[in-house]
Amino acid sequence: MSTRLATGGRLIDRARAVDFTFNGKTLRGFAGDTLASALLANDQMMIGRSFKYHRPRGVVASGAEEPNGLVNLGLGPAFEPNARVTTTALFGGLTAESQNHWPSLEFDIGAINSAFARFLPAGFYYKMFIHPRSFWKHIYEPFIRQSAGLGRAPKNRDADSYEHFHAHVDVLVVGGGIAGLQAALSAARTGAEVLLIEQTAHWGGRAAVDDPVIDGTPAAYWIKTTLQTLESMPNVRLRNHMMGAGLYDHGYALAHERLTDHAPATPGPRHRLWRIRAGRIITATGAIERPLSFAGNDVPGVLLASALRDYIVNYGVSAGDRTVVVTNNDDAYRTAIALVQAGLIVPAILDARPQADGPLVRQARDLGIRVEQGRGIAKVQGRRRVTGVAICAQAGEGAVLEEISCDAVAMSGGWSPVVHLWSHCGGKLIWDEEQAMFRPDATRPPLGADGQGFVQVVGAANGHLRTGAVLADAADAADAAVLADAADAAGGEAPVAQDAEETPMAPVWLMPQGASLKLRQKMWLDFQNDVKVSDVQLAAREGYESVEHAKRYTTLGMATDQGKLSNINGLAVLSSALNTPIPQVGTTTFRPPYTPISMGAIGGAARDALFQPLRRTPLQDWHEAHGATFEPVGQWRRPYAYPRAGESTHDAVIREVKNTRQAIGLLDASTLGKLIVKGPDAGRFLDMLYTNVMSSLPVGRCRYGLMCSDNGFLIDDGVVARLSDDTWLCHTTTGGADRIHAHMEDWLQCEWWEWQVYVANVTEQFAQIAVVGPKARALLEKLGGVDVSKAALPFMHWAEGTLAGIPARIFRISFSGELSYEVAVAAGQGRALWDRLVAEGAALGAMPYGTEALHVMRAEKGYIMIGDETDGTVIPQDLGLDWAISKKKADYLGKRAQERSHMADPERWTLVGLETVDGAVIPDGAYAVGDGVNANGQRVTIGRVTSTYYSPTLGRGIAMGLVLRGPQRMGEVIDIPRLDGSIIKARIVDPVVYDKAGERLDG
Amino acid sequence: MKRYSVLAIAREALRGHLGWDRAWASPAPRAHYDVVIVGAGGHGLATAYYLGKNHGIRNVAIVEKGWLGGGNTGRNTTIIRSNYLQDPSAAIYEKSRSLYETLSQELNYNVMFSPRGVMMLAQTQHEVRGYQRTAHANALQGVATAYIGPQKVKELCPIIHIDGPRYPVLGALWQPRGGTARHDAVAWGYARACSDMGMDIIQQCEVTAVRQSQGRVTGISTTKGDIACDKLGIVVAGHSGELARMAGFRLPVESLALQALVSEPIKPCMDVVVMANTVHGYMSQSDKGEMVIGGGTDGFNNFTQRGSFHHIEETVRALIETFPMLSRLKMLRQWGGIVDMTGDRSPIISPTPLGNCFINCGWGTGGFKAIPGSGWAMADLMARGTPGPLAAAFGLDRFRAGRFIDESVAAGVAH
Ligand SMILES: Cc1cc2nc3c(=O)[nH]c(=O)nc-3n(C[C@H](O)[C@H](O)[C@H](O)COP(=O)(O)OP(=O)(O)OC[C@H]3O[C@@H](n4cnc5c(N)ncnc54)[C@H](O)[C@@H]3O)c2cc1C
Repeated sequence: MSTRLATGGRLIDRARAVDFTFNGKTLRGFAGDTLASALLANDQMMIGRSFKYHRPRGVVASGAEEPNGLVNLGLGPAFEPNARVTTTALFGGLTAESQNHWPSLEFDIGAINSAFARFLPAGFYYKMFIHPRSFWKHIYEPFIRQSAGLGRAPKNRDADSYEHFHAHVDVLVVGGGIAGLQAALSAARTGAEVLLIEQTAHWGGRAAVDDPVIDGTPAAYWIKTTLQTLESMPNVRLRNHMMGAGLYDHGYALAHERLTDHAPATPGPRHRLWRIRAGRIITATGAIERPLSFAGNDVPGVLLASALRDYIVNYGVSAGDRTVVVTNNDDAYRTAIALVQAGLIVPAILDARPQADGPLVRQARDLGIRVEQGRGIAKVQGRRRVTGVAICAQAGEGAVLEEISCDAVAMSGGWSPVVHLWSHCGGKLIWDEEQAMFRPDATRPPLGADGQGFVQVVGAANGHLRTGAVLADAADAADAAVLADAADAAGGEAPVAQDAEETPMAPVWLMPQGASLKLRQKMWLDFQNDVKVSDVQLAAREGYESVEHAKRYTTLGMATDQGKLSNINGLAVLSSALNTPIPQVGTTTFRPPYTPISMGAIGGAARDALFQPLRRTPLQDWHEAHGATFEPVGQWRRPYAYPRAGESTHDAVIREVKNTRQAIGLLDASTLGKLIVKGPDAGRFLDMLYTNVMSSLPVGRCRYGLMCSDNGFLIDDGVVARLSDDTWLCHTTTGGADRIHAHMEDWLQCEWWEWQVYVANVTEQFAQIAVVGPKARALLEKLGGVDVSKAALPFMHWAEGTLAGIPARIFRISFSGELSYEVAVAAGQGRALWDRLVAEGAALGAMPYGTEALHVMRAEKGYIMIGDETDGTVIPQDLGLDWAISKKKADYLGKRAQERSHMADPERWTLVGLETVDGAVIPDGAYAVGDGVNANGQRVTIGRVTSTYYSPTLGRGIAMGLVLRGPQRMGEVIDIPRLDGSIIKARIVDPVVYDKAGERLDG
Repeated sequence: MKRYSVLAIAREALRGHLGWDRAWASPAPRAHYDVVIVGAGGHGLATAYYLGKNHGIRNVAIVEKGWLGGGNTGRNTTIIRSNYLQDPSAAIYEKSRSLYETLSQELNYNVMFSPRGVMMLAQTQHEVRGYQRTAHANALQGVATAYIGPQKVKELCPIIHIDGPRYPVLGALWQPRGGTARHDAVAWGYARACSDMGMDIIQQCEVTAVRQSQGRVTGISTTKGDIACDKLGIVVAGHSGELARMAGFRLPVESLALQALVSEPIKPCMDVVVMANTVHGYMSQSDKGEMVIGGGTDGFNNFTQRGSFHHIEETVRALIETFPMLSRLKMLRQWGGIVDMTGDRSPIISPTPLGNCFINCGWGTGGFKAIPGSGWAMADLMARGTPGPLAAAFGLDRFRAGRFIDESVAAGVAH
């Protein structure tokens, strides 16, 4: 059984017991435990089920590479699926549940898949479930979906908060093992700003466990003093619980800091996403031990040798009483020695190498451990827990020589450097034949904007597995990493460690070498996704030869551990199946993040009310207080209508329209875009932007203008006022303000950079209020201060003055057909003006109106609306706006495009009014149909409705639409089908249905 | 070629699956083919398939610089829908969608077409009107869609938050027979069928030059030598500009990085595909249980297949807003593909200035759904030399004439 030893455990505090629950059982661990070590201490070896066959699964590793130990963690709003037990710190009250089984971990119906495993090889689903067709959607797929997936879906809203940090440093060091510590120290001694990050809670990495001698002292001491030195340096920042998630172009790195996962009661954000710009990046991310491929290597109780050692040394936890060690290298002997020193039994070390005789081997022998060379495991016995192993000759086909009873197996197939970050951004790898590993090719690093490499890899991540070499590598690289001129100042002597002799590892990709198919069908490569040696061989046989094909066909390496344990072993199997050397087969692409990071952290603080900036006009509070219903327009929320008690929104719109037409309506027009265009070339610039001439506009006057894209399509419209000789104020649509500003800058910066024009977006600097209706003039006169008479301020003029004591600019423009003034005042005085208008206007019948009334009134007047009459495919000529297109100008944006054959085609859909024969309101978006179908069998259409409303003024439906040769077909009745197929008959009429003569404009 | 079936699996199971045929052969190129297709993505493979199937042209090579299906076909988020606005788009995407319905049976390869339904959320009045318009257009085009209200949205997708503080869900355009398929399987299924018809799929073979004489293509140069052909089809998505350069003409196409990501797998919680264009993101759940997520393209041209991370942030943020539960999931993997964008965001299926050279590209962010239909139309064009009704509107000449097919009208994101 797995249990807590009486002594030992450098990371736990035996004085502080911590209670937690697993599948409803209350268990006890110690402060400093991970969930994995605490579960093992409670003899909970089996903690989950695999993805496909629902096989029993136990912990195999001790860190981020763990493929099996995933649980549903926490409750309610703190629930998280797929939490990795090896990287989950234990805390009081932690609740965890095993995943992917029904009804329980011990008795899982899904395990039936395992019994049928031979019918479910890699890619079986591509070959099955083809007939009958409808079964896929209704039977097969729901079944597959139900048995796939791992953790439960969260149900509650996330109660935690998240945030983003930015950091700019000279050197970012990722990984806080001895290589990272040394690299940070060397870099920091040159004076560079250094950020050193470590994913776990502890510094020192593997050396802290194995405790080699560094500079004549135990590694633990060296780690401690180095850490103290770093902490004392002002140019160094150290962060643990922080994982380097991804490297991107130009020295951009992403890191994920877990602030409260280990102490959930702590106030503040749960996770933090760091966006780091670094001059140089040093990755010191270590190496990960590889499993060995022998039959039954997935049975709970088979662990990586280094993980077993970690559990003993760090947590005082043994995975089993009797542990057989199986290896192809010397390092695993350390595990055997540690086990024996902890008083546990190691019945045998099975060393696949024919010979090994280094100091570690001798030490093991001296401790009385039986060492068998040239031997391997033929098969692991046991289903939910290891009960023994059958031994065989590694060179043979698996004939059993002996059976040994044991309850744990420690395996080591060598080490793979963690090259993920190096590879994220294009760093290349080379195959190291001697150590059978891919390591970074320093001659082909990820390149920065200057064409130079900006990433260096040090220590075990760089293929150095021995302490002395690791430290020397780290010190060197850090010197080189820092700016060349600082190299002299570089820091101090590299620490020294003596590396004892070791017998080289021997690659073992199959155990035994000649394993039969039967055995290969029981050798797991990917524990979580259930990919076996036989699956990869099948993929190769079926022609899925590219490593990417084999990966996707078998799903090797696509589980939540992203193949940290399985990729190299799988690759080796593929390479031998294809008879192609490993480096030619190549690796799959490494993609960020290194380990999964929370979506919450990626989203950051911008959620709910902060999701996007909410733009508020100076009058927003008033609208809210007066019952407005809102609609989002860009990042604004504009009042849609102001329903009164007992009124529906529709009623309110009708009232607002009638009141505006009969008395006064007040509109908050502050969201309208306001762009100041200024400079000696401003007139010339605007003449290029608008289809008509703006340079000739006299100061004091306004002109309506259209803007087109270079493809000729109408993109925005609005009134332009000339403020002074070299200054124009361009009004844009609400939604268009930012887009048009960018459009202007685009042309100024990319095409006409020598023109002297400055554009400023002053949309938010002004509050703008439209005072509309026959009594508008009377109201402004009541406020006093500016002569707004017809003579002093005619239509399409503007004036400046002090209205009701407030400095204001008043534009005589109209979007409703009524007498109308738009009054702009400094944003800070908008509310004061509005309050005055409301107060003084009451007696005249003034009421606010919203966007819907605005739309209805403009439609009654046949005024176009960008986004309704236009959709990116409409040119001004389609809308009968030829009058606003200058014929004299040599050029404007869109002119050439509008001359293209299809644009100049008389057979275009053109704007008309549509009057329903029975007065009904045409549904939004309806089309007019012609006869028959087109070559693709689609009903022929001859037009479409662009705006359709109930007109309170006329008491019936009104509409505008684009109709094939529309203006030439006045009076014709066309068919407009509803979605239910019924037909609305509509007559083609003039788009202006109200006050055609324009008599109301002057009041 | 051995057919795939439950029986075949059972038979093979008894002998350790040692008897399966190769899904496709990996031959060395021959000196000449009637037709060479450049690019073994979905569109290239489907073109070859329908050349053989519909037109009896089987002396065909498909030349691929990497591994087949390794471009955008193997990187996309697999949304299949045909609820497009403009007539020519609706015609080809609906043709394609309907071919997907029976593709598994047609290819004897389970492509896992899952018509689980696609909804596009309306979150502004403008979108409401826009999708109502699409619903009207679709009704006349023979595409089955409906405009549905927020309650129905919630019913179909319970994890959605319909009354968020900023952009409450006002309704949705719903296509019940839209859905997803397994991207690799589409490429592999077509590849297997092409190989079965005797066509050569030549992988790890990059085209380096287009050889021509007197305004006609005579063949190509590749990293595996020269190959002569009577007709050439260029179907290389993000690298179309490159191939066109080799052939000596220019294309109105830009190449941009588009990214996607998946969460860790969880048990089924979402049975439909949801696209939310106002907040800009979309999501579905794969059969494996991963939430599959995508968003917008980078604002600059690029060939690296790596995008800018801030797009991932924006997309995730948008989706947390739409699906608050997402906040507690983890991102497992992110990646990018290079998409080929035309000025009007519609594809090109067209003859070229070289008489016997044809091009199919410009599918941009949304061409997975089009693979069968596009292959069908392209094969027809290549076999007959002139475009049929499905392809007619998508010629290169439309840019000169100004006859754009602009879909951005209907949707900001077109996946
Ligand atoms: C992140 C992302 C998400 C997407 N989501 C969706 C979605 O949800 N729904 C949807 O419908 N579409 C989606 N798409 C778009 C879709 O993936 C593409 O439109 C479609 O796959 C394009 O297929 P293709 O065959 O044209 O191109 P590809 O699959 O890219 O194939 C082109 C092939 O040409 C090869 N090639 C290039 N140059 C050469 C050369 N010189 N010689 C030989 N071979 C060459 C390439 O290696 C490649 O294999 C998405 C795309 C991306 C990137």
